[in-house]
Amino acid sequence: MLNVNNIEVVYSDVILVLKGLSLACKEGQITTLLGANGAGKSTTLKAISGLLKSEEGEVTKGTIEFMGEKLNGMPPEKIVRKGIFQVMEGRRVFEDLDVVENLRCGAYTRSDRAGVKRDIDLVFDYFPRLRDRRSQLSGYLSGGEQQMLAIGRALMARPRLLLLDEPSLGLAPLLVREIFRIIAKINEEEKTTILLVEQNASLALQVASYGYIMEMGKVVLDGPCEKLRENPDVREFYLGIGEGGTKRSFKNAKHYKRRKRWLS
Amino acid sequence: MEFYIQLVISGLVLGSIYALVALGFAIIFKSTSVVNFAQGELLMFGAYYCFSMVVQYKIPWFWAFLLTLVFSIVLALLVERLVLRPMIGEPVISIIMVTIGLSSVLRSIVTAVWGTQIQVYEPPLFPETAVNLMGIPTSQVYLWSFGLAAVLLGLFGLFFKFSKAGVAMRATAFSNQVALSMGIPVKNIFALAWCIAAVVSAIGGVLIGSINGINIQLGHFGLKVFPAVILGGLDSILGAAVGGIIVGVLENLSDGVLKSAFGLQGIKEVAPFVFLVLILMVKPYGLFGKKEIERV
Repeated sequence: MLNVNNIEVVYSDVILVLKGLSLACKEGQITTLLGANGAGKSTTLKAISGLLKSEEGEVTKGTIEFMGEKLNGMPPEKIVRKGIFQVMEGRRVFEDLDVVENLRCGAYTRSDRAGVKRDIDLVFDYFPRLRDRRSQLSGYLSGGEQQMLAIGRALMARPRLLLLDEPSLGLAPLLVREIFRIIAKINEEEKTTILLVEQNASLALQVASYGYIMEMGKVVLDGPCEKLRENPDVREFYLGIGEGGTKRSFKNAKHYKRRKRWLS
Repeated sequence: MEFYIQLVISGLVLGSIYALVALGFAIIFKSTSVVNFAQGELLMFGAYYCFSMVVQYKIPWFWAFLLTLVFSIVLALLVERLVLRPMIGEPVISIIMVTIGLSSVLRSIVTAVWGTQIQVYEPPLFPETAVNLMGIPTSQVYLWSFGLAAVLLGLFGLFFKFSKAGVAMRATAFSNQVALSMGIPVKNIFALAWCIAAVVSAIGGVLIGSINGINIQLGHFGLKVFPAVILGGLDSILGAAVGGIIVGVLENLSDGVLKSAFGLQGIKEVAPFVFLVLILMVKPYGLFGKKEIERV
């Protein structure tokens, strides 16, 4: 469905962030993109959604194709109309708009009033907490509720491909679980293809079916998630499980002894 | 007593026109974060264009008024496209300088085309006979202006609350980037903001022109709107309305009361600014301005 081929992204004409990154999303599946801070995960999403331009970034090489159509250089509002919707990192709800108005903004590209109304109810079914707070300013919602609103707002556009950038950021573990449960449910019920960027590798590898691991602007390892979960490097560096299956603790951490080899 | 009530009434009328123009100013600032120093010139342009059509080409008022609105939309689109869009992403101070330059250019064009004489609308927009308002003779221009301004402010209130474009404008005001990610075409929203600002200013220009006559001084109206907008908090629509009315009433009252009591000439021009300073000392973000929502 989505094919990213060998792209390079440069910020402000000098800073090379992505150095030949490729990935693909299959229709109806959840694909996850993992990596450390600064690896270029958010940049990858912004390259796909076209938001890169608002940050002085540019795709200088490679192609991004969605349903066989090239997205390079397309303005973001057009990409949204093609069916790609990015939920940006850090929730970013419109704080001085109320919940329903936020949802209506998500549906900006749609013109069927009845459908929009129905989908507002659908979002409230997924996130019952939002229904209780529907006429509140979203700036006064809790962090978890804001994240729910951000995801709900994305659903309002009826996207075919949903780009989620760290939905777990800054949330309590229980809430993170709930959000992930709903993400899986959305994927299942709405048949929305999802590209999920995460720091919380163990949860991401549980809900996704295919995963990419990137470091320093490149994909270093990819494979089906069950396989990735078995990979010794992933286990040690992303899931924090030692060789014997024991939890690693800092007491006996000797990272210098084991080097990452990224053998699949 | 009647004298003071009359002052308040004319203050309210003037204030409602201030409120209209302040609304335009606030819309531009809120959605594009441009401080538009050419607001008064937009108003002046509208007033003069309408004058041309009514007096020089003898077009009936209704059509002349509509054409004025169309013309201001065209002017706004041109200004936005040619002057401000290339400035997106430039430092605030450069953008402010550009709008100041724009105001000079517009004023020069007006002087070149229409001259510097005071002009009046002939035939007048509203009947000239006075009506009795609670025992006080009031000219119809006042009532119409106040009514029209109030209706427009109300309509825009509804527009921002309920229409898709209005909500999208508020969203864009909060964050351009997030609005972009929703598929909201931010550049069109900027253009729309300029159009609305130019239209309300032109209406304000025609109203004030039919009260006081039209001359090049109308451009200074933009300066008067400043205390109104800042008073209300730069980014609040409701604030613009309330601020406008306060400034209008204050200006007239101080003129009537202080001038006769203390013989202070020109207090009219200063009073709103004095009041503004006092308010800002107590509420630095204006009466309705919000710095940011704080979650507790």
